[in-house]
Amino acid sequence: MTTTASPWASATTVLRFDAVQRTVHWLNAALFLTLMFTGLPLYFGSFFGVVFPRHTLQMIHLWTGLALPLPVALALVGPWGRLMRDDWRRIGQWTRAEVRWLRTFGRSALAADKFNPGQKFNAIFTLSATLVLFVTGYILQWFRFFPVSWRNGATITHDLFAFAAFAMVSGHVVFALAHPASLRSMFGGRVREEWARHHAPAWIDEERSGRP
Amino acid sequence: MNEAPSSKPERVRVGRRIFLGLTALGAAGVVLGTEAQQFVGQHLGSGLASLLPGGDRFRIYSITGSYPSISERRYRLKLSGLVERPVTWSLSDLKALPSTDFVKTFQCVTGWRVPDVPWRGVALSHLLESAGVKPGAVAISFDSYDHADSESLTIDQAHLADVIVAYEMYHAPVSREHGGPVRLLVPPMYGYKSLKWLSGIRVVDHVQPGYWELNGYPVNGWLDGTTGATIPKATLS
Repeated sequence: MTTTASPWASATTVLRFDAVQRTVHWLNAALFLTLMFTGLPLYFGSFFGVVFPRHTLQMIHLWTGLALPLPVALALVGPWGRLMRDDWRRIGQWTRAEVRWLRTFGRSALAADKFNPGQKFNAIFTLSATLVLFVTGYILQWFRFFPVSWRNGATITHDLFAFAAFAMVSGHVVFALAHPASLRSMFGGRVREEWARHHAPAWIDEERSGRP
Repeated sequence: MNEAPSSKPERVRVGRRIFLGLTALGAAGVVLGTEAQQFVGQHLGSGLASLLPGGDRFRIYSITGSYPSISERRYRLKLSGLVERPVTWSLSDLKALPSTDFVKTFQCVTGWRVPDVPWRGVALSHLLESAGVKPGAVAISFDSYDHADSESLTIDQAHLADVIVAYEMYHAPVSREHGGPVRLLVPPMYGYKSLKWLSGIRVVDHVQPGYWELNGYPVNGWLDGTTGATIPKATLS
């Protein structure tokens, strides 16, 4: 079976996320949580009777928002981003079987790739929502340059995408907690081969067949 | 279930489609969001729509980080400056004066609006007339109980029929977070002109830009965006 092992695989474990990806993931998580915990009081104004120092929250929210795209962008461009770019391509590539799997909420047969279609959807949603939130946030901050109807539209869109993102991230956390091996690989980087055979058979076949 | 595919499976551009679909939804939200909000508000009613994210709801701003607490009994509104007879009204004094009521859209400069808000109060022009504005008066300065916010209007702007000192909102007393017991309401301008927790009205001889104007917002905050087009800025010192 193990003919020419890929450089990322050892005998019993295989590298799922390299150090760059893990760093990007946890930076993203920290930035997202900061945005959420400053965004919610900005949205609710007074919450449980507590009035928040709005200006301070705004500044934290603004700078965190501006920083949000940086980790992913920087990880993708450099020579350090090989695995990052590899996964980026995987996430963009879909087969008809994967589409069917997503449409049936995982009830159709699938030899999953490194990421299952739900994970791919989560990644694409996160990317799209980040872009939408970034642009609408820009309109809200530098509103003078945009017509009032766009400002109103940007507020509504920013709110809706933010709540959708909260829901998506909550689901992401629930799935992570339900799959400890998967969660552990976001700390240590590696998963056991049996785990990968079960959850990502197409990927492990690729890894073990010596694909560079 | 886990059989490896013998040949390379057919690729579909679903990833790209999801990305383009979601970002197109975001772009449509920016351009058409105002219309969508109106549609939802009309079909669900503003009350229900206010519960939805992005629906018809006020965002509560406060400069100081808290809301001044003034009891209805102790509330006083002082009119002073270039007037024949300086006046101080209590809340019940104000309520005894002829009232003006209307339903207006509240539009914030930063991009949110709440349609169909019913207000009641006393026309600012009525207060000014009862005190008698002296010649040489050019503008009005407004003070707030928060000791931070301030606003200004020209005498002409202050005499617009829908510029009121409001004590009722949604057929109930103006709540503390909305600037109660009494706030200024200038519906033809952006929300920042409608000073909350109104404490004083001073008739003065030049426009003194208020808190938000000193922070870069237009002194004449007309909603149509033609800032200062209707009433010239010539009075601004």
